[in-house]
Amino acid sequence: MIPAGFEYHRPGDIASAIGILQEHGDEARVIAGGHSLIPMMKLRMAEMGHLVDLQAIEELKGIEVGSDTVTLGAMVTQQELITHDGLASAIPLIREAALQIADPQVRYVGTVGGNVANGDPGNDMPGLMQCLNATFELSGPDGRRSVAAREFYEAAYFTARDDEEILTRISIPVPGAGVGQAYEKQKRKIGDYATAAAAVMVGNGHASVAMTNLADTPVWSDSASNALADGDVSGCVAAMLEAIDPVADNRGPVEFKKHVAAVMLRRAIERAQSRAG
Amino acid sequence: MSKMHVKLTVNGKQVEGLAEPRTLLIHFLREDLKITGPHIGCETSHCGACTVDIDGKSVKSCTTFVAQVNGADITTVEGLTNDDGSLGVLQEMFREHHGLQCGFCTPGMITRAHRLLQENPNPTEEDIRFGMSGNLCRCTGYQNIVKAIAASADMLNAQKEAAE
Repeated sequence: MIPAGFEYHRPGDIASAIGILQEHGDEARVIAGGHSLIPMMKLRMAEMGHLVDLQAIEELKGIEVGSDTVTLGAMVTQQELITHDGLASAIPLIREAALQIADPQVRYVGTVGGNVANGDPGNDMPGLMQCLNATFELSGPDGRRSVAAREFYEAAYFTARDDEEILTRISIPVPGAGVGQAYEKQKRKIGDYATAAAAVMVGNGHASVAMTNLADTPVWSDSASNALADGDVSGCVAAMLEAIDPVADNRGPVEFKKHVAAVMLRRAIERAQSRAG
Repeated sequence: MSKMHVKLTVNGKQVEGLAEPRTLLIHFLREDLKITGPHIGCETSHCGACTVDIDGKSVKSCTTFVAQVNGADITTVEGLTNDDGSLGVLQEMFREHHGLQCGFCTPGMITRAHRLLQENPNPTEEDIRFGMSGNLCRCTGYQNIVKAIAASADMLNAQKEAAE
């Protein structure tokens, strides 16, 4: 399995990377860890004349934990999310989810930016970022702009990011003391995408609930979140089952996926509540 | 596509070569450098037989372009022997505890286990199973692989203590 040929670029800053994207248009694509893109290139389902490797761009790296906000550089790997000292105490949900993504080797290179920017409904971080009400920062030829994670996803592999933009950083409000968090994922085997996964935050009279791989985008539900904030678990699950739109595939028929979705959501809620102050 | 100049450190030696950017690291190692320890198993980043150590990370070399690792320091199973060429601790323990049958997954298993023990010198059985979950074996049922890695941890810790 050998991909089609391409020219390789390793720019040292964001402006140069955007310049290469502008010069080559839809012939160019960025690569982060590559563990979603390279398999598609090997299958010849993705081909491009120019591959823009973001690994040398320092501005895309680093985890900053502030008292109100955590920011993650797009090139932060899942392994860095798992092993970072301050992150697990600021937002434990991120580490808990990262540990359930792929397998150890993939987590050493797979990045949080790639995971959220790819737009694959199977990726775990998009739903998680919607639950956390994160904001994505994009840089392009016309400068920078921010898009809320809850507004970012349009359809499978279609997002609010323009072709000549790069997703550079993710900002996440720190939920604060007293907010319980949990991520529950059902998968067939290690390394698989979720049959269904649920991200839940609850506490201090607020709640936020999002689910993964149950529609062509991640699903954050306002009404499910409000129901849970009122302490109505059954109402939350019912609202979420209305919001999701799974399709039958090799992970099971629609009825099974809805069943698993409800089980995952109830488990996540129970664990998040047990952790709430 | 024009070829690019590739410089790597592999198992402590500087190597150079020409490769198209699309060349996968596993092919460069096996076909250009004739380092055939890392195996091509599933070719879809699931099985872990192609695992090598790149700058202190376990990575699947079937899902890595050689262009991405230009300048990197790479260790394969061949680099985990003792200085005199005899079997290293992990290799010896895999032999002693029958951690292999057909042997196809073994180079990836040992290379991954090497990094796991560097990061966690005292793993529980659960740590080992979780840390090795990116490597598949279709022969052993894993039990003896887990034993071999646990025994390696004990032996490496004993060696470290003796040296202090």
